[in-house]
Amino acid sequence: MIVERVRSIDPEGHESARDVRLGDGDERVDGRGLVALPGLVDLHAHLREPGFEESETVATGARAALRGGFTAVCAMANTVPAIDAPGLVAELVARGHAARGARVLPVAAITRGRKGKELADLVELARAGAVAFSDDGDPVEDAHVFRMALEYGRSAGRPILEHPQDRSLSRRGVMHEGRVSADLGLAGIPAAAEEAAVARDLAVARLAGARLHLQHVSTAGALELVRAAKRDGLAVTCEVTPHHLSMTDAWVAGSRAFVWEDESSTGVPYDSTTKVNPPLRTEADVRALWSGLVDGTIDAIATDHAPHASIRKEVEYAEAAFGISGLDTALAVLLMAVQAGMGDIGSVVRALASGPARVLGIAPYADDAVLVDPTAEWIVGADALASKGKNTPLLGRRLRGRVVAAVVGGEVRYRDDGALKGRRRGHAEAIARG
Amino acid sequence: MRWQRRHVLSTEDWSRDEIELVLEQATAMLEVLARPIRRTPALRGRTVVLFFAEASTRTRMSFELAAKSLSADTSIITASGSSVEKGETLYDTVRTLQALGAEIIVLRHSASGAPYFVAERVSASVINAGDGWHAHPTQGLLDALTLRGALGDLDGKRVAIVGDILHSRVARSDVHTLVPLGARVVLCGPPTLVPSAWRGGSVPDGVAYEPDVDRALADADAVIALRLQRERQEAGLLPSLREYRSTWGITEERAARLRPGVPILHPGPMNEGVEIDASVAHGPRSLVERQVTNGVAVRMALLYLLATAGAGTEQAGDAAASPASPAEVPA
Repeated sequence: MIVERVRSIDPEGHESARDVRLGDGDERVDGRGLVALPGLVDLHAHLREPGFEESETVATGARAALRGGFTAVCAMANTVPAIDAPGLVAELVARGHAARGARVLPVAAITRGRKGKELADLVELARAGAVAFSDDGDPVEDAHVFRMALEYGRSAGRPILEHPQDRSLSRRGVMHEGRVSADLGLAGIPAAAEEAAVARDLAVARLAGARLHLQHVSTAGALELVRAAKRDGLAVTCEVTPHHLSMTDAWVAGSRAFVWEDESSTGVPYDSTTKVNPPLRTEADVRALWSGLVDGTIDAIATDHAPHASIRKEVEYAEAAFGISGLDTALAVLLMAVQAGMGDIGSVVRALASGPARVLGIAPYADDAVLVDPTAEWIVGADALASKGKNTPLLGRRLRGRVVAAVVGGEVRYRDDGALKGRRRGHAEAIARG
Repeated sequence: MRWQRRHVLSTEDWSRDEIELVLEQATAMLEVLARPIRRTPALRGRTVVLFFAEASTRTRMSFELAAKSLSADTSIITASGSSVEKGETLYDTVRTLQALGAEIIVLRHSASGAPYFVAERVSASVINAGDGWHAHPTQGLLDALTLRGALGDLDGKRVAIVGDILHSRVARSDVHTLVPLGARVVLCGPPTLVPSAWRGGSVPDGVAYEPDVDRALADADAVIALRLQRERQEAGLLPSLREYRSTWGITEERAARLRPGVPILHPGPMNEGVEIDASVAHGPRSLVERQVTNGVAVRMALLYLLATAGAGTEQAGDAAASPASPAEVPA
């Protein structure tokens, strides 16, 4: 189709108004009020296959990604078994192709079995199709092993994505340590648990002289460490999640107000959909992350999509699994934040397109694109989510911003016919003619 | 003032009037408990389930006695270990309780917030009998009743709570019950056992943190000592129980320096010789036994208010949910 006179944003975040071709066909669509985005790349998602297919599969995750505007999604390796052998990577690649949703980019484990002891066969994993390495879910605790991973990872030509968490500080914490955890009587995860790990990771990366990507940075202090390291010329990149850009630890106590909203909507305290690692932090952290996004300290926005079957969440807060299902809602939340003035659309698109591509060392996918209606409102209901994971604190909330079409490799793989119908050229004229 | 609530989860969002209503009702219940036959038919035919998913003897017995004094049918379920280990989730268990016709579920659980989880998923009323580190509202109310008895009006009174604040649902519920009644609460304990935010000055209204126990006690009108669980020392949160006693314990010497008439409370069970000396625990300032009696009365009052609130809404103007005088509570 050809989308006419649409506001178009390129992978670097630059805007223009023009006609955009999506896939084949000569169908002409009125693009006024819509936004054409490049294909978005999610650096961080848990597709749960193999091992946790009741939470998500490659097929459902790839479709959820596409519905959410991501035309490529990195699948983390903390499955059972962990993705630490070339055959497993190849199988993921095959299932990703078969899903015909977003491109599925396998991330392989850094260490065998994700146990943090010995390196996995990084070069062979890369040859089989791994785009990066990560033990995400766990940090590589042993600093020597981490150094070897960074140094050896260079021969594989793929980045190391590290989950920064000092477990001796986070211990059995279940939420951010602060006033809210004190009042709720929940064990806290201090900001320092992330900051101590980031400081170590940066020191080791400096020693190794190798590139490092830090996952889900959530505190103002951690961001400041990355900013200083970049200033020193260290080859470090980092990502932030949509939930850390919009929600605070007050959500654990029942708030459902985004950081840019007045406190109004309230839910129930101790709702385990708010339990996520790293935890939802304070408003000051959220605001610091937005300035880091706008000034370029943050390279990418990644969902850390963590779907869970209800049995893992419908339990006491302390027992519940960590994670928020995020692929379906990420783009809407970010567009709402932009509309509220938290940051500019260019910075957000850059962090969803060229930024993650740079982290992976690839070019943005020129044949991918996404068409969005930024004013379409929808209610986050279990049925409205393409992901099998319904574990989001946004359940029941009204969001604004919806993907109406998504193109992968020049092929329209998703289109919302209902939304496009009234925009077909000729349609309005036909109605006018009666 | 009419009773409106379906659940008793925490007194944090209660008004002063609501707290007063429960204390008045509890005072009426104390008179029932003073009768030769301590039983009224107020809850005859009603089903109260005591679901104690965490070990407890005192609170469970107190609730059981309260329910029986109101002639309710009671069932006791005890469970230990986490739901995940057992293979049966909390959700499964409460659905079963619901199916069995429980009208009031009294829940003790080791996880903060568990009563909120249950209250969201059952039609029964839920009373929180202690959840993790979060709240123990009946303890807060019985401490308020006890302090009212000893000090009268609590307006402007200074209550020092000493010990393991971080892990204490009693401390949180005491704060959320005593402060609305006008008291000021001073929290005192080892820095490792007080939440970092509270130590840093971000404290609930009416609360102050005082690191020095002797300063905390110097102008106190009442003292509440908290139980120190021995695991805290094993977990590295303090060097030794001996040092704890000498630095934060309510010792005989410290008790002697308190102003005359200042009472000492403890939620029990006590580690005598650690957080409180035996001579203080059983001395003239101690209100520990009074707390036990008041606990039964407070729990009777809440069971009564929850069980009769529904009847009150059916008949507008019905006084069923207002505090009953001893005469009105059928003997």
